[in-house]
Amino acid sequence: MTIRFDKLGVVIAAIVAYAAFAAPFATFRANRIVPGEARSMLEALPAATGSLLLATVVAAALVALLKTPLILRLAASVVALAALAVLIGVAGSFLTPEGNAFARISPASGFWLLIFAFTLLLADVLTRLNLSPWARVGVLVLAALAIGLLLASGSWNNLSILKEYANRADSFWAEGSKHVTLALGSLAAAAVVGLPLGILCHRVDKLRAGVLNVLNIIQTIPSIALFGLLIAPLGWVAVHVPGAASLGIRGIGTAPAFLALFLYSLLPVVANTVVGLAGVPRAANDAARGMGMTDRQRLFGVEFPLAFPVILTGIRIVLVQNIGLATIAALIGGGGFGVFVFQGVGQTAMDLVLLGAVPTVALAFAAAIILDAAIEMTATKRRVETA
Amino acid sequence: MIEIEGITKRYDATTVVDDVSMLIEPRTIAVIVGTSGSGKTTLLRMINRLVEPSSGVIKLDGADNRSLPGYELRRSIGYAIQGHGLFPHRTVAQNIATVPVLLGWDKARIKARVDELMTLYQLDPEAFGPRYPHELSGGQQQRVGVARALAAEPNVLLMDEPFGALDPIIRNKAQEDLLAIQKRFGTTIILVTHDMEEAVHMGDKIAVMDAGKLVQYAKPAEILAKPASAFVETLVGASEKPFRLLSLGRVRDAVEKGTAEGEAIPGDASQRDALAELLWSGRPALPVKGDDGKPLGRVTVDGLVKRAARPA
Repeated sequence: MTIRFDKLGVVIAAIVAYAAFAAPFATFRANRIVPGEARSMLEALPAATGSLLLATVVAAALVALLKTPLILRLAASVVALAALAVLIGVAGSFLTPEGNAFARISPASGFWLLIFAFTLLLADVLTRLNLSPWARVGVLVLAALAIGLLLASGSWNNLSILKEYANRADSFWAEGSKHVTLALGSLAAAAVVGLPLGILCHRVDKLRAGVLNVLNIIQTIPSIALFGLLIAPLGWVAVHVPGAASLGIRGIGTAPAFLALFLYSLLPVVANTVVGLAGVPRAANDAARGMGMTDRQRLFGVEFPLAFPVILTGIRIVLVQNIGLATIAALIGGGGFGVFVFQGVGQTAMDLVLLGAVPTVALAFAAAIILDAAIEMTATKRRVETA
Repeated sequence: MIEIEGITKRYDATTVVDDVSMLIEPRTIAVIVGTSGSGKTTLLRMINRLVEPSSGVIKLDGADNRSLPGYELRRSIGYAIQGHGLFPHRTVAQNIATVPVLLGWDKARIKARVDELMTLYQLDPEAFGPRYPHELSGGQQQRVGVARALAAEPNVLLMDEPFGALDPIIRNKAQEDLLAIQKRFGTTIILVTHDMEEAVHMGDKIAVMDAGKLVQYAKPAEILAKPASAFVETLVGASEKPFRLLSLGRVRDAVEKGTAEGEAIPGDASQRDALAELLWSGRPALPVKGDDGKPLGRVTVDGLVKRAARPA
């Protein structure tokens, strides 16, 4: 019998080999801002556990390398990821000297590379399994539950990010909810304004080019510059419009951040609405008119439902983009996870940066999966219409 | 009855339909034939006011078609187009129910009507009702398109190249189905096509359009026998004329006394089919049988050839 290799498996195995044997598994620092010392997998864990993890990782990499059944590859990736997730917490406790509250243990490049390699394997397996939209959301929920369970069990409490979290637990949730409010609120505002604007652009040819060009130009203004540009007009509004200041409208803070995110959101929403409506089959539109639908009935009964998957794609772009962009809002006092990122940069405390960055990435990732599933669900029924 | 009186449509400087007047008798099929850009589709779309005329009047059963709002007028007129225009996000049953729903029929009546039409079009309501259009074949989609146009029992049905996207075999079947349904409901049909064969086959009267003008409006036999212009002559196709003329007649009308050998041909078959059968089998005559299977007589090559000659 000849041995056959899996193409992606070769890449995964190479990454795993480097990460497990040549890269550090964890970093030890005497306090939160000094440079760290690298610890290999065998150094970072109790002797037997370290060897066991190494063996597990190598075995999983072998499963990935060879052409193996999907179910085996699924098991290998899940077991490897679970072992890594649990044991990085063990490394945290193992490396922390007894009674030392200043030492910081953080996952190092080797750990991140291993996570990346096995996530790649898992993603590949899930793609090949051709999961239904609901099943994909289910996998997401399972992963979130598993991570939640690890967090709640306290097994990661000796890792540096969670030590930063422990110091800021209250403000973490406050900034988190501000972050989500900024991202979702500006999206909702953009949808309320952008959908009618898109419909108008579709109906009125002359308006289309103008509106889309203006939105395009807004999109090219760097976010920091846009915040700066908004300070003066919003400051003026705060001073001269009665009641504006009491609503929280000021030159800096949440108001300009919200407005900037809203402006950035408009282009994808309007453009996708226009494209979606333009993509409605001509014959369906003609038939709708010919059978006596009023313009409004045609819009809500035919055009809008058919354009919906494309419009939803625009909403997905906006949501993922806003979750990322909202970090910048912290620069002008708008709050959000960016607060930790910029504090961390100021203090050269990488762990604090991660405390802001990791939840942001996780939120964006989850939003993308959920909306992709929603798009697929709305699109499947009406996929084919060629005539 | 549909009266089209001096209808003209201009877009800026171009005149698309130029002073067309014609009268369509109730319960008949009028076919509008022409090349692309002849204005035939625009003329059709002015009847249900998808296009508003620049001047002229169209009356439906004596009433000006502008006496109702456009959308209400269109709900009372069936409309079927090339590529069927089914709504891809609605099931077959929902598609057929479109106009009844717009008219606010109650649910039981809508369901009864949808089931009736689907059965009429040989689509099992249980099996096909919940499907989406993309799950049907081209011929089935076309049938659903026509069923949808007929759903609210309109007196008038407008059809724009309804069979254009079908292959020849399915097209023949669809044409026969439409003729049968027209007889059954007595619908007045106005059908636009570029295919003279289809026009001769389907039409009680044929309107030939060229560059926005109505060139000739007459019964098929007359169009074949006395084309009003060189354009109509070209459209008819010189080499096709005798066969098209024969295709208008039924075998029962060409029966002669006497008997012949071989398989009998039904009296309902077209004279063209009878001639083809005679030429192919190399026989001089065929026996003819009636609906009840009794012999009616025979048709001969000589007799049919005489009928294919230019009428006096």
